Amino acid sequence: MSDHPTAATTSNAPPATGQRPLSPFMIGPYYRPQLTSMMSIVHRLTGVALAMGTVFIAVWVMSAASGPVSYGGFAWYANSLLGRLLLIAFSWALVYHLCNGVRHLFWDAGRGFDLKTAYASGYAVIAASVVLTAVIWIAAFAL
Amino acid sequence: MSLRSPLAQARGLGSAKDGVGHWWLQRLTALALIPLSIWFIYSLARYPLSDYVTMVAWIRSPLVAIALVLFFVSMFWHAALGVQVVIEDYVGNESVKLLSIVAARFALYALGVASVYAVLKIAFGA
Repeated sequence: MSDHPTAATTSNAPPATGQRPLSPFMIGPYYRPQLTSMMSIVHRLTGVALAMGTVFIAVWVMSAASGPVSYGGFAWYANSLLGRLLLIAFSWALVYHLCNGVRHLFWDAGRGFDLKTAYASGYAVIAASVVLTAVIWIAAFAL
Repeated sequence: MSLRSPLAQARGLGSAKDGVGHWWLQRLTALALIPLSIWFIYSLARYPLSDYVTMVAWIRSPLVAIALVLFFVSMFWHAALGVQVVIEDYVGNESVKLLSIVAARFALYALGVASVYAVLKIAFGA
């Protein structure tokens, strides 16, 4: 990558230490939105959301260890409309991050970098995340 | 012309020693989380989440308890490593950056230890 001497001075971001040249941020006037870059930022967003959602898993298992009364409290919140919506959002984020994470592991192994494969795997991840989330919730209500 | 050596300019701007360890652990925990998280979602979809007796009996069975501990260790570790990278990329101020990473690590490790403790407490029949 070449330096962007003007980017650091024209962007609204605070100047970095020692005025080192920065590559412009992917969202903004410098780059056109693309499937690959948008999926990359969604991978990070779902990752941060899942890290916050670990609180939910911790509360689940801690309330189970605390006895039936506290577990009843947890179950009430989990079964409420907001709880269900959060669980559906959480499960989609997990499935997306999981599928796209596998895509990243293939890239780490040096495979699937060509444009055609990167786009095909990208669309496959989006489709799989929606289908698998639907399957999970149909199974959860049917079983 | 400056008499400062190139090394002096590089010091304090990041380590060149432990980056690979962080990168590798992020992938190792990711690999472990593939089967563990699929199993976790499958189990929660299969068993009634709101039923206390079913849930505790499920957590108590040895293989489930072991898998849950492995899942929690991988998950909280993976989360701590990932959140650190995000903070490093988007937080410019060095003090805020360091404090955020420390706060995220403390929070995620505390949640992780509490979750593992809860599984063991159920498994050992308290």
